[in-house]
Amino acid sequence: MTSQHFSANGNGMIADAMRQVDPDVMAAYPITPQTTIVEAYAKFVADGKVHTEYVPVESEHSALSACIGASAAGARVATATSSQGLAYMWEELPIAAGMRCPIVMANANRAISAPINIHGDHSDSMSARDTGWLMFYAETAQEAYDNTIIAFKCAEDENILLPAMVCLDGFVTTHAMERCVLEDDSTVKYYVGEYEPLYPLLDTEHPVSHGMYANIGDMYMRHHLTTRRVLEGAAPIIEKHGKEWEKLTGRPFELVDAWGCEDADHIIVVVGSAAGNARHAARILREQGRKVGVVRPRVYRPFPAQQVVDACKGAKAVAVLNRSDAPGAQHGPVCEDVMSAFYTAGLNIPVNDYIVGLGGADISLDLMVQVYDELEQRVAGEYTTDIAYLGIEE
Amino acid sequence: MSQLTEIRWHARAGQGAVTAAKLVADTALLDDAYIQAMPEYGPERTGAPLKAYTRISQEPIEVHNNITNPGIVIIMDDTLLDDIEPLEGMPADGVVIMNTEMSAAEARKVLGAPDSMRVAVVDATGIAMATIKKDMPNTPIVGALSKVTGVVPVERVKERLVITFGKKFSQEMIDANLASVDRAYAEVSE
Repeated sequence: MTSQHFSANGNGMIADAMRQVDPDVMAAYPITPQTTIVEAYAKFVADGKVHTEYVPVESEHSALSACIGASAAGARVATATSSQGLAYMWEELPIAAGMRCPIVMANANRAISAPINIHGDHSDSMSARDTGWLMFYAETAQEAYDNTIIAFKCAEDENILLPAMVCLDGFVTTHAMERCVLEDDSTVKYYVGEYEPLYPLLDTEHPVSHGMYANIGDMYMRHHLTTRRVLEGAAPIIEKHGKEWEKLTGRPFELVDAWGCEDADHIIVVVGSAAGNARHAARILREQGRKVGVVRPRVYRPFPAQQVVDACKGAKAVAVLNRSDAPGAQHGPVCEDVMSAFYTAGLNIPVNDYIVGLGGADISLDLMVQVYDELEQRVAGEYTTDIAYLGIEE
Repeated sequence: MSQLTEIRWHARAGQGAVTAAKLVADTALLDDAYIQAMPEYGPERTGAPLKAYTRISQEPIEVHNNITNPGIVIIMDDTLLDDIEPLEGMPADGVVIMNTEMSAAEARKVLGAPDSMRVAVVDATGIAMATIKKDMPNTPIVGALSKVTGVVPVERVKERLVITFGKKFSQEMIDANLASVDRAYAEVSE
């Protein structure tokens, strides 16, 4: 455990996490909208600080394809992407999951065109939420670092063996400088351990095939059933690995970070850095005697439904902030998960649904206070909107 | 939460405002503060108006949005005044520090700052040209910030400068930067 703090941004912290893990292969497309994560990593490779085989490919599609090939061969693999890059590699996302390749990929959450916008929101990764990947969302640069390291351990766990996406908010977390701590290289290496692939293609003594034809009978459905059951059982495994990291570092790990929820009447559920804004506003409102709370799923796939229900069950009304929309659906993606969790648990709590912060729109403290005010109005029967674009006049 | 210091920087791209915003944060970090420093992101074109932000606190900083109610505003280029609203969102007891050849009284008038606000001026460009030999008002203005607000001690600023610049600049350049901090510290006036 180390307490030597320094200033760094989220991209830099993830690059350092990957350097400390020192994966066998990183394939990346090093042109915009790529992140400075792979730029920094390329320098680590050039400086001889890692033994990673760095493969600069010709597209994001090829980047993830190369990662899948390397992972199937038996390598520990990492990469990073963002925005349109993630969109371009989408075809490969379910293949990585379907072939059970425990790749760790950082995603700098940024808006999707059109119109063109380079700023932060969750439109990119929320469009990939049903592809069978584990998903972590960081609130801070420090957490982006911690999540990256924990993600290797979870993805490679033989009872999970799925790829993991480590998300952090574009610019707000990727580029803003914060006070951070790096653990010793040896601590990280001890924690992630040596990677021992279960069924490597290169193990010619035990020949196997990956990504085979499943067009006959029920094999295709059985394969998907496996992924469903694995993710359903993954939460306690992720929690175990997160708690191990907590023990080594002293930094708390919870699947769901719940603040003030023991006695809160009004709760905001939000993913990513905006949770800090909500909590900052909630602290001010608490000083004024208002019973408010904030719930932040740190792990989003698998969705920690039970933990969200437990945190929210005493509330009179709950607001969900989605940093992306799902046009045509009744609610935003995070809200659908929350409402589904409530319904399944028999909780009948009114939910105010908001789309917030698209394309880097500021999520101000005034807006957070407005959300808490509208929760009070919901309870009083004065607010009846199902879903609103926060801060936008219609 | 009450000791959260928020600084908004107004500058033109190329004047080193982002470096200055980070320098102040890194200086505070020497004394174990929690910090944030970030530019307001957009297409980068030299000479275009930009904003940058610094937060300093003794407690962990949770808020991640842009700073809309800064207690301290730094204007690194007085030709920006036609295009920006530097006092926007400032509290009545805010502090403005401007790089200009104007007197403090003239600056107060041009800014339309109320008597409750403090307005300080320093010719950071002139100091930079004399010491660093380049139009980089960012280092001297941090010296002025230290004198006017005390948010970071000037000795710590210089210590941090040596650490940051030591990696990439000659001793001559480091000394010039240190001299620019000292001069702005001495010459800033209210």
